[in-house]
Amino acid sequence: MEYSKALNLPLRRRLAEEFSRWPMTLKIGSIMFLGIVLAGIFAPWLVPYDPYTQDLNNTLQPPSLTHPFGTDNFGRDVLTRVLFGIRIDLPFGFLTTYVPMVYGVVLGAMAGYAGGFFDGILMRVLDVVVAFPFLVLIIVIVAILGPGIFNIYLSIFLTAWTMYARLARAEMLVERNKDYILAARNLGYGPGRIVFRHALPNVINSSIVFSMSDFVLNIMLVSGLSFLGLGVTPPTPEWGAMIAEGRDFIFEAWWISTLPGLALVVTGAALCLIGDGLAQRLGERRHALI
Amino acid sequence: MVAPEQIAADNAAMKPSILEIEDLVVEFHQGNKVVRAANHVSLTIRQGETVGIVGESGSGKSVLCRSILRLLPSPPSFVKSGRITFAGRDLLSLPETEMQEIRGADIAMVFQNPMNALNPVWPIGDQITEGERVHRGLGTRAARTRAVELLKRVGIPSPEMRVDEYPHQWSGGMVQRAVIAMAIAGGPKLILADEPTTALDVTIQDQILALLMDLQAATGTTLILVSHDMAVVAETCDRVAVMYAGRIMELAPTADVFAHPRHPYSLGLLRSIPRIDGKGQRLEPIPGQPPSLSELPAGCPFMPRCSFASPACGTSDVPLREVAKGHFSACIKAEEIAAVAL
Amino acid sequence: MNLLSYIVSRLLQMIPVVIGVSLVAFLAIHLVPGDPVQLMMHGRATPETLQAAHAKLGLDQPLLVQYWNFIRNAATGSLGTSIIQNADVGKIVGERLLPTVLLLVTSAVFAILIALPLSIIAARRSDQLADHVIRLLGIIGFAMPPFWVGIILMLFFGIYLDWFPISGYGRSFGDRMYHLVLPSLTIALFLAPILIQSLRAAILDVMTAEYITVARAKGLGPWRVLIKHALRNALMPVTTILAVNIGWLLSGAVVVEYLFSFPGLGSLLVRAVGQRDYPVIQGLSLVFAILVLFVNLLADLSYMLIDRRVLKA
Repeated sequence: MEYSKALNLPLRRRLAEEFSRWPMTLKIGSIMFLGIVLAGIFAPWLVPYDPYTQDLNNTLQPPSLTHPFGTDNFGRDVLTRVLFGIRIDLPFGFLTTYVPMVYGVVLGAMAGYAGGFFDGILMRVLDVVVAFPFLVLIIVIVAILGPGIFNIYLSIFLTAWTMYARLARAEMLVERNKDYILAARNLGYGPGRIVFRHALPNVINSSIVFSMSDFVLNIMLVSGLSFLGLGVTPPTPEWGAMIAEGRDFIFEAWWISTLPGLALVVTGAALCLIGDGLAQRLGERRHALI
Repeated sequence: MVAPEQIAADNAAMKPSILEIEDLVVEFHQGNKVVRAANHVSLTIRQGETVGIVGESGSGKSVLCRSILRLLPSPPSFVKSGRITFAGRDLLSLPETEMQEIRGADIAMVFQNPMNALNPVWPIGDQITEGERVHRGLGTRAARTRAVELLKRVGIPSPEMRVDEYPHQWSGGMVQRAVIAMAIAGGPKLILADEPTTALDVTIQDQILALLMDLQAATGTTLILVSHDMAVVAETCDRVAVMYAGRIMELAPTADVFAHPRHPYSLGLLRSIPRIDGKGQRLEPIPGQPPSLSELPAGCPFMPRCSFASPACGTSDVPLREVAKGHFSACIKAEEIAAVAL
Repeated sequence: MNLLSYIVSRLLQMIPVVIGVSLVAFLAIHLVPGDPVQLMMHGRATPETLQAAHAKLGLDQPLLVQYWNFIRNAATGSLGTSIIQNADVGKIVGERLLPTVLLLVTSAVFAILIALPLSIIAARRSDQLADHVIRLLGIIGFAMPPFWVGIILMLFFGIYLDWFPISGYGRSFGDRMYHLVLPSLTIALFLAPILIQSLRAAILDVMTAEYITVARAKGLGPWRVLIKHALRNALMPVTTILAVNIGWLLSGAVVVEYLFSFPGLGSLLVRAVGQRDYPVIQGLSLVFAILVLFVNLLADLSYMLIDRRVLKA
């Protein structure tokens, strides 16, 4: 009854009402994430330094007022590089999460609905892909294709969809026997319409919640690859690459490695909070509608 | 002339009481709602008798049972007021460790759904004697012998073969026998049977009831039998308490309630079940719904559904009072109802 | 169904997956753009050495024959020859297998030691302050990349306090355990939040079951109820979660082994990729996948030992 009332309200009131239903974790996480996105967009105006220009007179300076995060072994301002790093890590995490999610969910939902041969093939492929530790698979593919950011994207696009296919398929198996699907079938709708118009909105929730953790793991993945020297190459201000560079100076300049890592943790925590809140919010909506 | 059931009730009255519930109020806090599941319940159980508690689901029967053993989780449940005295001890003020000594050993419970009552990952025999192993330091080997003996008592065929099996390997009726074996293991003075037959097939129900009666006759245990089924209670109980919306509406010897109910709710319940003798051919359901336990009306909770209601019913609480010897009713028109033919 | 036939049927189910996995590992070397030997030699191979290397790797034979040889050799523990190290891949990998397995085990033990008490507290105090604090710690813990946590632990326990070694792998068993502390703690801190989340939910779920009330009605104390009746049932989904996450555990191990210069499979993989040692990469990917499959099999079997109902299905 609350929803039918809510549908008649103007958009602004509806958004306000929606926002008021958000759990605290979702609110805090969204605000943190928005802050990080804005900091990335406005990075050149926020700090007076350039992320690449070296200043060899000012190397390994500890955090101070002029350099809040200190400087690295080339005298570059660490805060500047951390802020510019947002521009690399965030889009990477976003694309590697949501591009595979699209075809993963579609494939999984179709397999779950259709069953039979198509489903069997998909399941065997999933079994094989899942048998490899994710990072190992990525490393092997990068080793075959050669290093470079494009090949990392390609290797993730090849593999990351499997988790979503799994989730969507499992949900679809439950969903396809429910009355509303049977009703849609009785009305003579084709499988395409049933899967995409009727079932998908109910199948996608678990994938949305999972995508938040996946986002975190993918940012960790690119920084981890850079840390191993298989990802983004040194002068680029990528967080993992910065941590790897700072590792050689860990005894005399702890800030070069630890502070970029802190940026990773804050970003990850923001996304986890959103995921936690979304799980609560979507779960609640489901209950309210039953 | 005194009716024979009256004599039975008088005889029972001679026996000392084993359990006294006085003015018990139990509430559940759900968000900002307060659900009152037991509302000023008073009930005295005498040694060796069988008392039935009947009522619709949600009338507070199970809550009453579980609050005797203090099994309700708190929060959300709270005992607002009242006393429960068992063999002279005030159960509600006992420390939890002393309560643990009473559970199983002095008061035991049989549960509604046998399939959920046993832990799926442990063998049945192990679960039956667990209480004795913990409380009486029974050894592993002695416990196994004891489990076999108990299973034999509840009528499980070839118990030595089956004592190590798991609950999923048994049928519902057999598991319920095991649950009963678990209840009698500690030699309790009082057994609370919470809808022990509801989840079972009709043919099995009678066997389980008969088993409970046999065991009670053999050991002289006191039994509280909770059921929503008037027929079950009629066959087995000395006295009946009829509950509605968390209150006891009528309390009397079983035969009395069935012959001359003195509360409109009991009357309604009896009219809504088929009678073996064929009298009162048309079944009459009670109109309306039970009230929400979070928004109880003032006065008698049955008033909105009652055909005898008068404005006086809705003004103040109607306490349970003795309207005939050993016959209690919470209706201001109890005498009038007694005159109505079933 | 009895135990033996369950195990056999479970092994039979694994066959198609193992074939698929071996196919992927086998094709790895063939999908390299260009000549793998030429790439390994950084383009400096003469036609003669190239031909000799091809013969040694069996690359001059038809694809199907090569695959058959690969499978046949793998079954006997031989995974081909590393041109760069001039040694048998099976032997190189075999030396590294035990340290990695040890690292996984100690990591899992640490993770359980962290997760078990915290999830019990979170479940018993659900929706209270302690629960919220633990949940927040879990979120932060999950967001911390292992290689970064490793550096922090190195800095604090290794350098500042100087309690534990920060690299390598000892000689005696005790010394090895000593070297394993920081790397396994690093992985455990990544794994524990996942465990806490699922264990907390599982305990809460089990605690509402009727058999918990029954156990209390028997007069059992709260700890006995929790440990004997709730935890054992709650641990079952956790076994599955540990097994499902074995891939992540191994992924974490790759990075952590590299960071702590730990002589395991992960650091070998990173080095092999750097050297373009394709036979080693090929052998390693097969070993990693078999390890994952084996752990999943173990989890299924232990699940069956805990809950016999599985056999009925």
